[in-house]
Amino acid sequence: MKRVRQAASVLVCTLVLISVVGGILSHFDYSQQDREQVNCAPSRAHWLGTDDLGRDRLARLLHGARVSILLAPAAAAISMLLAFAIGAVPGFAGGLAERAAKTVIDLALSVPWLFLLLIARAMLPLNTSPAASAMITFLVLGLLGWAAPARILLARARGLRQAGFITLARSMGAPPARLLCRHVLPNLRPVVAAQFWISVPIFILSEANLSILGLGVAEPLPSLGSLLRELESVLSLRADLWRFVPLVVLVLMVSSLQVAVSRQEVYS
Amino acid sequence: MRRHTLALLVLLVLLPSPKTAAATDELRFYLRSEPKTFNPLKAADDASETIRYLTGGVLVRLNRDTQKLQPELASSWKVSRDGRQITFVLRRELRFSDGTPFTAQDVKYTMEQLMNPDLHSPTADSFRSGSGKIECEAPAPDKAVIRFPAPLAGLDRLFDQVAILSSQSPHKEMAVLGPFYVSDHKPGSYVYLRRNPNYWKRDSLGRQLPYISSIRLDIQSNHDIELMKFGRGEIHLINSLDADYFDRLSATSPAMVHDAGVSLDSEQMWFNQVATAPIPAYKLRWFASRNFRRAISSAINREDLCKVVYHGHAQPAMGPVSPANKFWFNASLRPVQFDPNSAMQFLRADGFQLVEGKLRDREGHAVEFSVVTNAGNRARERMATMVQQDLRAIGMTVNIVTLDFPSLLQRITQDFNYEAVLLGLVNVELDPNEQMNVWLSSSETHQWNPKQKTPATMWEAQIDGLMRAQASTMDDRLRKKDFDLVQEIVAEQAPFIYLVNKHALTAVSRWVEGAKPVVLRPQTYWNIEYLKLDVERDDNGK
Repeated sequence: MKRVRQAASVLVCTLVLISVVGGILSHFDYSQQDREQVNCAPSRAHWLGTDDLGRDRLARLLHGARVSILLAPAAAAISMLLAFAIGAVPGFAGGLAERAAKTVIDLALSVPWLFLLLIARAMLPLNTSPAASAMITFLVLGLLGWAAPARILLARARGLRQAGFITLARSMGAPPARLLCRHVLPNLRPVVAAQFWISVPIFILSEANLSILGLGVAEPLPSLGSLLRELESVLSLRADLWRFVPLVVLVLMVSSLQVAVSRQEVYS
Repeated sequence: MRRHTLALLVLLVLLPSPKTAAATDELRFYLRSEPKTFNPLKAADDASETIRYLTGGVLVRLNRDTQKLQPELASSWKVSRDGRQITFVLRRELRFSDGTPFTAQDVKYTMEQLMNPDLHSPTADSFRSGSGKIECEAPAPDKAVIRFPAPLAGLDRLFDQVAILSSQSPHKEMAVLGPFYVSDHKPGSYVYLRRNPNYWKRDSLGRQLPYISSIRLDIQSNHDIELMKFGRGEIHLINSLDADYFDRLSATSPAMVHDAGVSLDSEQMWFNQVATAPIPAYKLRWFASRNFRRAISSAINREDLCKVVYHGHAQPAMGPVSPANKFWFNASLRPVQFDPNSAMQFLRADGFQLVEGKLRDREGHAVEFSVVTNAGNRARERMATMVQQDLRAIGMTVNIVTLDFPSLLQRITQDFNYEAVLLGLVNVELDPNEQMNVWLSSSETHQWNPKQKTPATMWEAQIDGLMRAQASTMDDRLRKKDFDLVQEIVAEQAPFIYLVNKHALTAVSRWVEGAKPVVLRPQTYWNIEYLKLDVERDDNGK
């Protein structure tokens, strides 16, 4: 199992590296349209062919992977911060705060997120650049994706509240803020890390879902999700298998991240 | 025993399956949604209109091929000189599908039902010409006279949409005079139509029409499934295909796809010109400028849009009326040529300048705006992306925003919180009166600047006057002259930047005989009475 995890970690690192330094693999601008070269098969110039507007697929894949790989962890970090504030802190405090947090989390988990995302997306300012729109999309995902990790952090923090070392520290007069920062946070770190790495692929997939609905990252900026739109109809079942490369990258990325996070971390 | 079982199995395999047997005489195609009503007077959605077309008997019918009116239940008709009265002479001895006789009383009853304000019939709106009441008389069993409080231009064409109801039948709207009647309906699943045994029409050999005995209309909104079922021969018609699907089908079954040429539908862009819109004042000034709009129009490569997005199944749009509208199209209009230099000239005339590759107005604001379109429409998203690149070449920054349709409508009709929109208009009617709601400046659907108390510009006032003038004239030549002028003003002022007119792309199974797809709706089954099914036909139609 350890070897599989190592292989998955290497794969994740390779994908990250390729997407970050991918500019050297493709000389084309991801947004430049060559309208005489639409839907071309792979060639020496265009290794993965061109899309329906004549843009180089490889350049778009590399740039799209970079967008997803950089922004999904950022969104996951935001949701972890919120999860800690809404879940761990009241869970450690107990009493009314804990009950209120539980109610809020249950409410948040019962909300149909897709519709909320659609509403949130519709309320955003229109005149934003594609880069800003990508950041906003992931920011919204981060702001809305805290509930599941918050519930886990709340349960874990509640357990810590009754732990012997916390009781001892409290009896020695440690103030709540110190207890939280010096004793609770280090003990929650493995859970936070596990939840963080679980959230990253979830956000990549959420953005992909939004993109398939046409509501993800704005054109001409690509993302892994928006590249999957080429596969949304039966037309994609044609023989041109290179259309499936973004899907393969996404599956590799998501499954590698899942494998790389150990079971021990998830259930610790 | 084992041998008998084997023989039985072989026999079962060799016997035609029930599906194949049904296919010999049952036409099948899909409705995109559940029909909202079977009352033909209330039909507003596509599915209900399909049922109305297939089951409803009308006094006159617009021939979808020639675009001329032809007699149906009325053998002749006459519109009075003042355009306030129409007299129909009806065919005799016709019967509804349930056997009740058809008389002028039914025409009277239908008109009374139609104009009943409680019914909220969308068809009735076209007949409301003035504040008075519409009067209908039946002086003889075969004669109906209808009087209107004010003149109605193109009056006779409006009756193409009015399916006659029976005044006597206990089955109400389910008793019909059209070629089929609704025999079965499972909500959410299908509508089953059977041949009307009392249908009056006969072919040249005296055989009763329609030839097909039944139609099964399954409700299916998924285009992929529709295409797959069509490929397998499980459905026979696809009324509207997009270019990708058309090319895919064309590659495998070229004889089954039809490009009937340019349709009435157009794709267009417009800028928000609502004075109170919550957008910066300097942008409102850009959008209100004719030069700015014409510059945008000149900078867009329409030929590329047709070639790349529609794979050649579209043509650059010239104005508000498509060339498919044979009578009302102004043939003197030409498509705007792609010319970035000319676009720059228009912009310079308004004080815009290119500074380090960025276009700036005379106050120094960089030219940047958003174009909204509806999410999920791939063709529009591609067009918006191409427009974005075209405008980048003249220093403009365009941000594309895709929104779900309700949010988009909210922005463009209620909040006016948008800058530019790329959308399509689906035109069903040929007559310019049907576009009054778009062109009158006081209208709620005068998209770029609706509900104006007084026209904001001289040219909008001019359009108002011309549209009202053509609506009150009975002479079609004079009406056309006025409407030609409207089209010229619109081309000159570019409140709508027309991009492309799509072609009417359809698919008809090789087993269907007699189909002649056209650009007007319903493209494939407009001559439903004359369609035949022959499952023995091969790919060459033999």
